Amino acid sequence: MTVHLLAELTVFILALFVGLEVISRVPTMLHTPLMSATNAIHGIVLVGALLIAGTAGAPFNPVVSFIVVLLASLNVFGGYTVTERMLEMFRPKTQAPKTPADGAS
Amino acid sequence: MIDTSAASWVDVAYLITSICFIFGLRYLSSPKTARLGNRISAFGMLIAVVATLSQGIVNWWVLGAALIVGAAVGIVSAQRVKMTAMPQMVAIFNGAGGGAAALVAAGELLKVFNLNGTPTYDVSFTSVLSAVIGSISFAGSIIAFLKLQEVMTGRPITYPGQQVVNALVALVILVCWGLVVANVPNALEYFWIALGASFLLGILFVLPIGGADMPVVISLLNSFTGLAAASTGFVLGNNVLIIAGALVGASGTLLTVLMGKAMNRSVTNVLFGAFGAIKTSTAARGAKAQNVRSVSTDDVATMLAYANQVIVVPGYGMAVAQAQHSIRELADQLEKRGVEVKYAIHPVAGRMPGHMNVLLAEANVPYTSLFDMDDINPEFERTDVALVVGANDVTNPAARSDKNSPIYGMPILDVDKAANVVVLKRSMNSGFAGIDNPLFDDPKTVMLFGDAKKSIDGVIAGVKAL
Repeated sequence: MTVHLLAELTVFILALFVGLEVISRVPTMLHTPLMSATNAIHGIVLVGALLIAGTAGAPFNPVVSFIVVLLASLNVFGGYTVTERMLEMFRPKTQAPKTPADGAS
Repeated sequence: MIDTSAASWVDVAYLITSICFIFGLRYLSSPKTARLGNRISAFGMLIAVVATLSQGIVNWWVLGAALIVGAAVGIVSAQRVKMTAMPQMVAIFNGAGGGAAALVAAGELLKVFNLNGTPTYDVSFTSVLSAVIGSISFAGSIIAFLKLQEVMTGRPITYPGQQVVNALVALVILVCWGLVVANVPNALEYFWIALGASFLLGILFVLPIGGADMPVVISLLNSFTGLAAASTGFVLGNNVLIIAGALVGASGTLLTVLMGKAMNRSVTNVLFGAFGAIKTSTAARGAKAQNVRSVSTDDVATMLAYANQVIVVPGYGMAVAQAQHSIRELADQLEKRGVEVKYAIHPVAGRMPGHMNVLLAEANVPYTSLFDMDDINPEFERTDVALVVGANDVTNPAARSDKNSPIYGMPILDVDKAANVVVLKRSMNSGFAGIDNPLFDDPKTVMLFGDAKKSIDGVIAGVKAL
């Protein structure tokens, strides 16, 4: 194992722990938006796609390059749009409150 | 030796992106801050893309076209899709990410070979890893999409020797992987074989999984794509991919485990158990006389209107019938009459984690009225009417009492503890898993057959007429 790989593994494992810590605080109610939000985040592979398809010495012909970037771009834009749409639906009581008799829950 | 050369500003940009992602997820811990979180995360993505595009990009035409087409198709379809079709949509975007990760890894390996170089073990090992996981995720997501879209049957597809076939395909992948890492002559050909075999494995492993187990599969595939992205980060030596991929991998894994727990089944059991294939109880049910009481919408309207507390238990049937808006209207009518209406959400109701919450949110049901299983279960004893809308297995008391039931031990909503139970169902067919539900025979249960939306609309008319 190279020093480089070890450094990367360190980053990976620490990020896993951060992920578990942060995500365990997400309430069940928001699990669908969570899936969708993480779905959008793995669209970061777009960075990889741009580097592979767009820098000098690109290994793919233009068609494959196009497909790689297209897939990743679909993932990013679709992912964030769906998440935004879901989240804007979650709102607390906005309509006229019902009988004030029952206590705050 | 310490590397003292100046860090490129691109790497700094990537670091900012990683921080944005972490905050984005952190803000998802409350519905109040969640939207802000999503925007922070999107902003981070923008920074990463701009930073990447600033580094000597040559194929502008191809990249620009692909970015624009991807954005247009992604945004338009995401905006048009119905909320009930959300699981399919998430599956497709997930698959796209997986496919992209696999191709990026393939590209990097090709690049090394094109330069007549020998890939280091670091690169060869991780590029096969990313190609394998990415392509399993890609193919698996497509099958999940087809099942959810009901293009193909949602029932498990099984055949004799299924596990053996899967194991053989997995073996082929492992052997090719070894050959690529050992850098045998024609290593590249073995890489393509591994990629193809992984695609096949992705299809094969989702085929036997039934619709009701989809929450587990969708979470798992999400986790796979995350790990594929992280692994691509190892191939390219890119930290932002590693961090983002690890975050997604952690999230997907956590959700997968949670979903498994909510069904009292291990993840392996879900993946390899072909659960819905159990047909025994379906066959047995014909012989058994059922004392099912069927009632009219007006009867239900009366029951609900004079109740003190009603708990609505939504299931996949609500999604299919698109009944969430009608349910909300019914709840409004009841609340006007002073009836307390609450919603009980089982963790695996529907086809993805939190599916019911999103649908009810779409219908403007305030999230403060939605309750998790543990919070709502003690409430059923104090409830006059439990209104079960298209949910079945998650309310099945056999899970508590019948040791022979395939779902024995699964935590359920204690619907049968309510004074009265109204079950809305399309017909007397058993639930997805083909398991008898003794709840329907319970003397305090009444059944309202028909399309859930039409039934609810009928009940609303009945309540208004009272």
